[in-house]
Amino acid sequence: MTTFIQLLFGGLAQGCDFALIALGFTIIFKASEVINFAQGEFLLLGAFVVSIAMFSWHLNFVFALVFGAALTAALGIVFQRYALRRMIGQPPFAIIMVTIGLNVVLLTIVTIALGAKFPRSPAPFGFSAHFTVGGISLPYNQLATIAATLIICAALYGFFRYTRYGLAMRATAIDQEAALAVGIQISRVHALAWAISGAVATIGGIFLASNNPTFDVSLGNAALVAFPAIILGGLDSILGAVVGGVAIGIIYEMAQGYSVHLTKTLGIGFYVIVPYLVMILVLLIRPYGLFGTRKVERV
Amino acid sequence: MSADVPVSSATAQAAPRRLPGTSRSRGGVVAGVLLLGVAFFLGGDQWLSILDTAMIAAIATLGLNVLSGYAGQISLGIAFFMGIGAYVAGWLGGSAPLFPGDPNGMNLSFLIWLPAAGIVAAVLGALIGPTALRLKGFYLGIVTLALVFIGQYLFVNVHTITGGSQGRAIPQPALGSFTFGSPNPILGLQFTTNQLYFLLLLVVLGLAAIFVANIARSRAGRAWQAVRDNEVAASIMGVNLFSAKMRAFVLSSFLAGIAGALWASYPGYTDPTQWSLVLSIEFVAAMLIGGVASVWGSILGAVFVFAIPTALETFSLLPQKASATGISSGDLSTIFYGALIIVFLLFEPAGLIGLIRRFQRILLRLEARREGGESAQTLDSPALESNFDVEITRLPRHLETPPSE
Repeated sequence: MTTFIQLLFGGLAQGCDFALIALGFTIIFKASEVINFAQGEFLLLGAFVVSIAMFSWHLNFVFALVFGAALTAALGIVFQRYALRRMIGQPPFAIIMVTIGLNVVLLTIVTIALGAKFPRSPAPFGFSAHFTVGGISLPYNQLATIAATLIICAALYGFFRYTRYGLAMRATAIDQEAALAVGIQISRVHALAWAISGAVATIGGIFLASNNPTFDVSLGNAALVAFPAIILGGLDSILGAVVGGVAIGIIYEMAQGYSVHLTKTLGIGFYVIVPYLVMILVLLIRPYGLFGTRKVERV
Repeated sequence: MSADVPVSSATAQAAPRRLPGTSRSRGGVVAGVLLLGVAFFLGGDQWLSILDTAMIAAIATLGLNVLSGYAGQISLGIAFFMGIGAYVAGWLGGSAPLFPGDPNGMNLSFLIWLPAAGIVAAVLGALIGPTALRLKGFYLGIVTLALVFIGQYLFVNVHTITGGSQGRAIPQPALGSFTFGSPNPILGLQFTTNQLYFLLLLVVLGLAAIFVANIARSRAGRAWQAVRDNEVAASIMGVNLFSAKMRAFVLSSFLAGIAGALWASYPGYTDPTQWSLVLSIEFVAAMLIGGVASVWGSILGAVFVFAIPTALETFSLLPQKASATGISSGDLSTIFYGALIIVFLLFEPAGLIGLIRRFQRILLRLEARREGGESAQTLDSPALESNFDVEITRLPRHLETPPSE
């Protein structure tokens, strides 16, 4: 039972990381029907920059985080403005490939910048700081992850619900032409979506990295595990991204925790593919996910 | 405005062009053969090994181009099918295990394991296809991505065939006692391994290229392009969407399987880390840089992505400064191809082959200018500017004929 609760808590924290990454995908997809395959490298770059800001420039965690988030947000805007805007109207294939190109470029830049070094993970608390309740250890960083996810979700909810631009983004997501007709600047909405998504990516990257004392370029691969999360939740649903992320995080953590005893039957690394198996199942039964819009598409 | 025309209208071939038609294209073929001949006899082993790798990559790029280029179905799963091909080759062609725990091998002939590698991959493609092809666009991309991870899990765990994470030996092609894996004479001439592989690959790649080129012009190939450009329109014209996509998926898997077997057989060894998402993305890059829906484009793209970086590294053609700061040429070339994917998609969606065609059109126009004013005017007509392969060269004659009552 202790194991179960421990795994559940770990999964919840992991799931919050996935949820943050998934939010990045969903916000962009809702605004512009693009899946950003470079999301993983946004979070790698964000974590890397924050790490430099914290440990080389000795900035405070919060300032470093704001700096990193601003940088990835700006990168998102630049990429949207100068690359994606030119691709409007092209098939999804071409658009995916542009983001994959960006993915390759960003990954290599960070690889070169890192060399053989393993940067320290930027985190609000020390790596091993935790307290124990009834035999279950609760690391401060994981608690911070959960808290940060809650704060970001609340902030996004407030933004979409109560602000002018939030309303504009929701309107654009529902009907782009109608939004244009009432005077919403679509290009600004798209830029905003990329900026939010870039900033959220950095925050996700930091908390993801905080699970270990150091991180390396494989950090961005977590975005690939967030794909099952967005499919499970529904590509165009913010709520879905959070629920899907948490669900996939818990499934992942449980699979990892329990498959240790079953390596004989399940083989090595079974837990890695569990989210994908879940995703394939979802795609077969309910391709639009738990909360996604059901699209009528018949040929 | 050819740059803004998306991938979709890149090829709408009106009539099959005859092979070596003009004196210029005949000259091109002769020059190509001469160049290959020079590379073959005088190039030396290092160049040849780079060329061999690129030729194997070209086979896989062709496979990817069938599915993604011609039929327009996004796939990031080519590494999976290549891995399947490699392990089938190892299993069927490998030698029987020496020690307990070694991966199995059946010691079959090269003439069996190479086609079998393709066929098993194709059968798997046929099994996976119905599930995967229900999905479109982004969803298909994500599912094929999942395929790569599931593949890696299988490759690590099906120990008896794959040798687990330590990997396994993959046989080198051999016909009886004649093996491509060691220097051997043909007709009295002594050839090195790389030269022998070159000859073999020339045949395999040639067959694959001719096959894909021909099928692309056939009913099936046109159906693919119709599906890619507009599914509803294709379906209205009587194209069975599902079977058209399935054919592309199966053929693509077949070519990937063959390429995977050769890819692993060339160094004689493979392990699961080789068949990763990175490999898939490299092939996607090769296809995009070379030219979507083009046979020559696939070959050019494979050379560009797989040969040029290695060539730069092997012959240290990079400036000293770059290597001194610890930036490997591998990293540089990765940035380079990443950036090239973006640049080509933004400015020349038809890839290198599109650049070449553009250059050819400029030549044609210059030639026409020289011939005389009138025809030069018509050659500047928009029909030539667009990306269509239909080249209207005798426009005046058509224009002068009066419209039928």
